[in-house]
Amino acid sequence: MNQQKKREIVIPSQLLGEVKNKKAGRGTFVEKGLIYSEILGILDEKSDYINVVPIKGRYDPVVKDFVIGIVQEAMASSWLVDINAAYPALLHVNESPWDVDFGETEKYLNYGDSIMAKVLQVDKEKKLQITLKDYNLYKIKGGQIIDVEPSKVPRIIGKKGSMITLLKKYTKCRIFVGQNGRIWIDGNDVDIKKVIETINMIENESLSFGLTNKIEELLKKDAKDVR
Amino acid sequence: MKSDIKLFIDGKRLDGRKSDELRKIKIEAGVLHRAEGSCYLEWGGNKIIAAIYGPREAIPRHTQNPLRAIVNARYNMAAFSVDDRKRPGPDRRSTEISKVISEALEHVILLEKFPRAAIDVNIEILDAEAGTRCAGLTAAAVALVDAGIPMKDIPVACAAGKIENQIVLDLGKEEDNFGSADMPLAISPRTGEILLLQMDGHLTQEEFDKAFDLALKGCYIVSDLQKKAILEKYKPILKEE
Amino acid sequence: MTILPSIKREYLIKLAKDGKRVDGRTFDEYRKIEIEPGIISKAEGSAKVKIGKTQVLAGVKMDIGDPYPDIPEEGVMTTAAELIPLASPDFEAGPPREDAVELARVVDRGIRESEVIQVDKLCIEPYEKVWMIFIDIHILDYDGNLFDAASLASLTALYTAHIPIERLRPTLEKLQESHPVIKKYLEEHPKDYKLPLKDPPISCTSVKYNGIVVMDPSFDEEETAEARLTVATDKNGHIRAMQKGLNGAFTQEEVKKVIKASIDNGKKIRELLYKIVGK
Repeated sequence: MNQQKKREIVIPSQLLGEVKNKKAGRGTFVEKGLIYSEILGILDEKSDYINVVPIKGRYDPVVKDFVIGIVQEAMASSWLVDINAAYPALLHVNESPWDVDFGETEKYLNYGDSIMAKVLQVDKEKKLQITLKDYNLYKIKGGQIIDVEPSKVPRIIGKKGSMITLLKKYTKCRIFVGQNGRIWIDGNDVDIKKVIETINMIENESLSFGLTNKIEELLKKDAKDVR
Repeated sequence: MKSDIKLFIDGKRLDGRKSDELRKIKIEAGVLHRAEGSCYLEWGGNKIIAAIYGPREAIPRHTQNPLRAIVNARYNMAAFSVDDRKRPGPDRRSTEISKVISEALEHVILLEKFPRAAIDVNIEILDAEAGTRCAGLTAAAVALVDAGIPMKDIPVACAAGKIENQIVLDLGKEEDNFGSADMPLAISPRTGEILLLQMDGHLTQEEFDKAFDLALKGCYIVSDLQKKAILEKYKPILKEE
Repeated sequence: MTILPSIKREYLIKLAKDGKRVDGRTFDEYRKIEIEPGIISKAEGSAKVKIGKTQVLAGVKMDIGDPYPDIPEEGVMTTAAELIPLASPDFEAGPPREDAVELARVVDRGIRESEVIQVDKLCIEPYEKVWMIFIDIHILDYDGNLFDAASLASLTALYTAHIPIERLRPTLEKLQESHPVIKKYLEEHPKDYKLPLKDPPISCTSVKYNGIVVMDPSFDEEETAEARLTVATDKNGHIRAMQKGLNGAFTQEEVKKVIKASIDNGKKIRELLYKIVGK
């Protein structure tokens, strides 16, 4: 029997608990011993932490997150990359897989190029650094990119990747979901369209518990052959 | 502005309201596609749309504050929003209102989370009928929540005033033109802190206390409406199977 | 500035080579058009138009003013547009820059050249006083094709507009003391009456990217476009205004095709407009 705790939408200034009973987690603030929500989100109580998971808002970079970035500017020994956060991220040539000479950055990455990167560092002043130095990180070519609310990414990936695995299985597409709400899809046109439609459906569907099954049924219905 | 116009008829105000009654208010969150947060609000004859962009890097760079975000509120009236067409562009009144609204919002937004950034708040008055700054701030607050901006409270505003020696809540158009005092008030409803307070006209200390209490009462009523509007927009995502 | 990733641009072009558009439309198909007339009470006329996710609000205000010396018996019309920061992360506050000015002037040209407003019927006293019409366009949500949305919103606003005799009665009564002709005008027009209009021009915008021409561009298509062409046609299929924008080029063949598609779509949109304003 699934023990589902009733989920609740909370808003800024909503009283969630007291410091003497619980610990204030993400998305909350404390004033005079009381814990309040600081954002519009979903209440998530785990062990004795009170957290609020955001429903909306820009991507909040976390070190080691995989993200899809769009190059804004090529500078002398680094690139400025848009990762849908409140600030652009810096990619230093030393964090790239190439041997880039000073002033030659444009030869490798230019304005408008898309990259699969990883968040390397977030400092106190929120200055962000990303890296391309990992075997599964690279400059993206071909396919299509779509944008979704960063808060919906967990839903699109699914529990232990279940949703994304489904999508890949029934459409034979390569799919990469950035934690920052950007998704790259590669395959034939018809399949890419299918993936996009399915993702839009997942985005707009209510947070019901049987979503994965529902989506599988739909994908099964018009899948010609299964990988 | 003195006039022969009567503001009370048979003990009721021109639009039939009692002295402590608000005009009809309708609030809708998340109405625009490009903006990160938005709100459409109707308050009496006012029609307002507010949109949020940010937090994003503040430009030009010299406006950046290394410790926190800055709030740029821009209150603007559309040319067709008033009886005599208003020339497009900011005038001194809009500039002042933009400033007091920015300052009110800065108090409740958790600015330290976004050093060097700017939160751009756009308030557009599409149809105007007295009390636009209160309605504008109220709409901007909902838009900020809709944008996922972290705040310690959802600010709300309401005005009270004096017409024919009586203190009334939420002045309507003629009351604003021919009344003898107008006092817009914005608060942080959770703590009761005053974020915006302006007044022009003539009030005794006693009258001020009355007006303040009334405006406060109005604020709490509107605050409920803001929260309802937000939940109405987002509750459906938790629809049970 | 919002950057359109090269991948999106390339995908758009790849699909186009196969005769497809990203949202599944055909090359000359419009997104869903929604028209909401008369929503601003202070304006003499107003309308909100949605094309896809693009939203534009237009308001018509009127006032009494002096005619231009070279057309002393005609009303005066001006059109202004504001790309308010509300509508896009890339719109900045400030006086209208070239994009807003071009938008206003193109919408204006379509309305003016089609003679939809019967300006000769807007004279209060020849050489002295005429009605001035101000069309103000407010972009609320930018998702491509502002020209057509702005033009349709302005037209619908005109169709819902009434000449504000009541609101300006004090001014008219004051004027009639020194201008007896105005007294006669007031006697003939004692109440607000509908703005005298003829058949509307409909503006249709197309863009070209990589040799493909599509109508009613979405945001991504507009960002990818090299050239843009707006054509305003009347109910007889005659051309009233044209504007080519951006720094790419069209072939003569392409322009001819666009004109034909504009006339076809113009008809459909005109019918929708008539249905909404009850003509």
